[in-house]
Amino acid sequence: MTPGFGSLMQDVLWCFSQVKGTIDAGVAESDIISTVEFNHTGELLATGDKGGRVVIFQREQESKNQPHRRGEYNVYSTFQSHEPEFDYLKSLEIEEKINKIRWLPQQNAAYFLLSTNDKTVKLWKVSERDKRPEGYNLKDEDGRLRDPSMITVLRVPVLRPMDLMVEATPRRVFANAHTYHINSISVNSDYETYMSADDLRINLWNFEITNQSFNIVDIKPANMEELTEVITAAEFHPHHCNTFVYSSSKGTIRLCDMRTAALCDRHAKFFEEPEDPSNRSFFSEIISSISDVKFSHSGRYIMTRDYLTVKVWDLNMENRPIETYQVHDYLRSKLCSLYENDCIFDKFECVWNGSDSVIMTGSYNNFFRMFDRNTKRDVTLEASRENSKPRAILKPRKVCVGGKRRKDEISVDSLDFSKKILHTAWHPSENIIAVAATNNLYIFQDKVN
Amino acid sequence: MFLGMMLTSYRIEKQNCLVLHLLSLPDILLPCACQVVLSLLLHGLLLRSMGEEEGLHQTPFLDTMFVRGLKRKCFDGEEDIEGTLAGIKAIPSYNLQRQSLLDMSLVKLQLCHMLVEPNLCRSVLIANTVRQIQEEMTQDGTWQMINTQSTGQASLDRLVSTDILCRSSRDQAEGKHVPAYGTFNKDFENDQAQDSSDTMSTASAVQAPRNLQSSVWEMENPQENKGNFQKSLDQIFETLENKSPNSVEDLFSEVDNSYYDLDTMLTGMMSNTKMGHCDSLETFSSSTNTASNSNCKSDLNDLDHIVEILVES
Repeated sequence: MTPGFGSLMQDVLWCFSQVKGTIDAGVAESDIISTVEFNHTGELLATGDKGGRVVIFQREQESKNQPHRRGEYNVYSTFQSHEPEFDYLKSLEIEEKINKIRWLPQQNAAYFLLSTNDKTVKLWKVSERDKRPEGYNLKDEDGRLRDPSMITVLRVPVLRPMDLMVEATPRRVFANAHTYHINSISVNSDYETYMSADDLRINLWNFEITNQSFNIVDIKPANMEELTEVITAAEFHPHHCNTFVYSSSKGTIRLCDMRTAALCDRHAKFFEEPEDPSNRSFFSEIISSISDVKFSHSGRYIMTRDYLTVKVWDLNMENRPIETYQVHDYLRSKLCSLYENDCIFDKFECVWNGSDSVIMTGSYNNFFRMFDRNTKRDVTLEASRENSKPRAILKPRKVCVGGKRRKDEISVDSLDFSKKILHTAWHPSENIIAVAATNNLYIFQDKVN
Repeated sequence: MFLGMMLTSYRIEKQNCLVLHLLSLPDILLPCACQVVLSLLLHGLLLRSMGEEEGLHQTPFLDTMFVRGLKRKCFDGEEDIEGTLAGIKAIPSYNLQRQSLLDMSLVKLQLCHMLVEPNLCRSVLIANTVRQIQEEMTQDGTWQMINTQSTGQASLDRLVSTDILCRSSRDQAEGKHVPAYGTFNKDFENDQAQDSSDTMSTASAVQAPRNLQSSVWEMENPQENKGNFQKSLDQIFETLENKSPNSVEDLFSEVDNSYYDLDTMLTGMMSNTKMGHCDSLETFSSSTNTASNSNCKSDLNDLDHIVEILVES
């Protein structure tokens, strides 16, 4: 299979592969997917939900007798990562909702991932077991101690094969370091440290040490009345372990170098686009608030998502983005109602494809958008049960902006704002995408002839 | 809890529209276990928004919130009246929109305030929006025109559209901040003190030729607006910070003081509400009824605390 990177939109036809989750009309709040993440090889796909669960899917081996079935993702492990808690000091419930999952690069047979809710980050080990030891001297097969007087001969325990078991065990719990809500976690390229960012602070942790962390960014003003800006997302550079970026609610991105000082109060670079006076409104600041920031795999670019656009910035140019893509510009005239119903505060994420040539982000009505950076083509696709037949090709959707509506177009007024695609993931090297639509996870692949 | 429910249900009857409007906001209300709790919270919140230190105008605040909504609707049909007032606002619909946006934002901020740990990003963005609107209202300076107009001529027309006058007073109140806007937050307290006296005198000058009924409204509005805006901002920022141990102590001491005389306070409050705008009348006349009204004020103040306690427990 050739992934066809480069002129992707022209060549790639996306087709339905799988959908996970129930078809029931009623959606339990706890089943709503809150994060999706492929691991570094793409073999595993993890989702977290509002109920604090983590579900890991594993790609099955492609079989020769069923060539049309390319490796599907099946449930590998499910575990309860976070439980609802109660902070007695603040008289405050802490939700179990998984805000983010990040995989660690695989270093042995086991897989490791970080998961976080609003306050606590946990390091999980996911490992397989398909053999078990038998024939201990001091205990029997059920684990009960044997009467020493009965032991007359010594034997060597042996490993016997058994049904494959996948175990998830919490290895580290990084708690009590965040006063505000954690919005991002990012594993450093040194593989020894990671950071966690909340609304006002960013902390740096060593994987081995749970009882202390270093505060590397703190934007909390001495007087909270002066607070006008919060941290919305943060990420480490994929190759330079000293560099990280964080975005703010004012639409700016700061790049910091940890070598300059222990507390990165002063940024090394400051990315900001001057405001377009023609589009100024009371909502200008709200819609420019950045909901996600992602380094390209190459480390050369950063991508940011705000309410209406996704932008690509060159690390070497701070005064404006090199590319700006409109995600759903037809909502610009609807900002007041989107403010009224709070949709304007939705936090859409964005992802790069494996070669950094295409970017993907979500929208409303179960629509998601892809932008080819080379051909400048874009496409709107829909994650829906309707055309979820195996191998069915996704038809590009169009939203009608004023004027006459053509047959297969959807008018802006009939968009369903309760169906939003906030979280998506792109396989690190292939054209496989995972799209979270409320409580369903859709997996789409490119069509192979 | 029982007391709170009684109070709330009473309020709900009166403030049906407002409460319903608030209830219709979807996401924020999810954390609330039930509507009774919600309306109780809401009640305490609206009361609190008028501020404890002055203990002024709890009822008028609610009423004007309610009435203003009504008046806006009427106002749409009365644009010619506004037209005859010779360009009070350059673009009335824009000002209307801005006003409703401001109202909406303030309600959202109040609802943020309900939560122990609100979504900080959201509250900051809303607070910034409110600041922005306030800044613009300060800068466009239309209040001056209205002010000259309303003092110049005292026609019946303007009694009908008290809304214009209310707004003029609001703009005026905010207009005072123009020179000091840069240091808005720091000088807030001083400004406020100075401001209220200024507004008071202007307002009474405006009202002089009119009857008591209409002046009640006009008196309330400058107060309400200031309370509304300043308090809400202050409160939001208060909630963003951790509660100090002192305030907790205060809260508990209030419980002891206030619980033994619940009935008195309740009746006091009820009669007060039925009477209508006793505090504003007081402010207007500013000489009579001092004794009875101070009682009424302190009762309301205590009541406010009780509701607060109920809300927080």
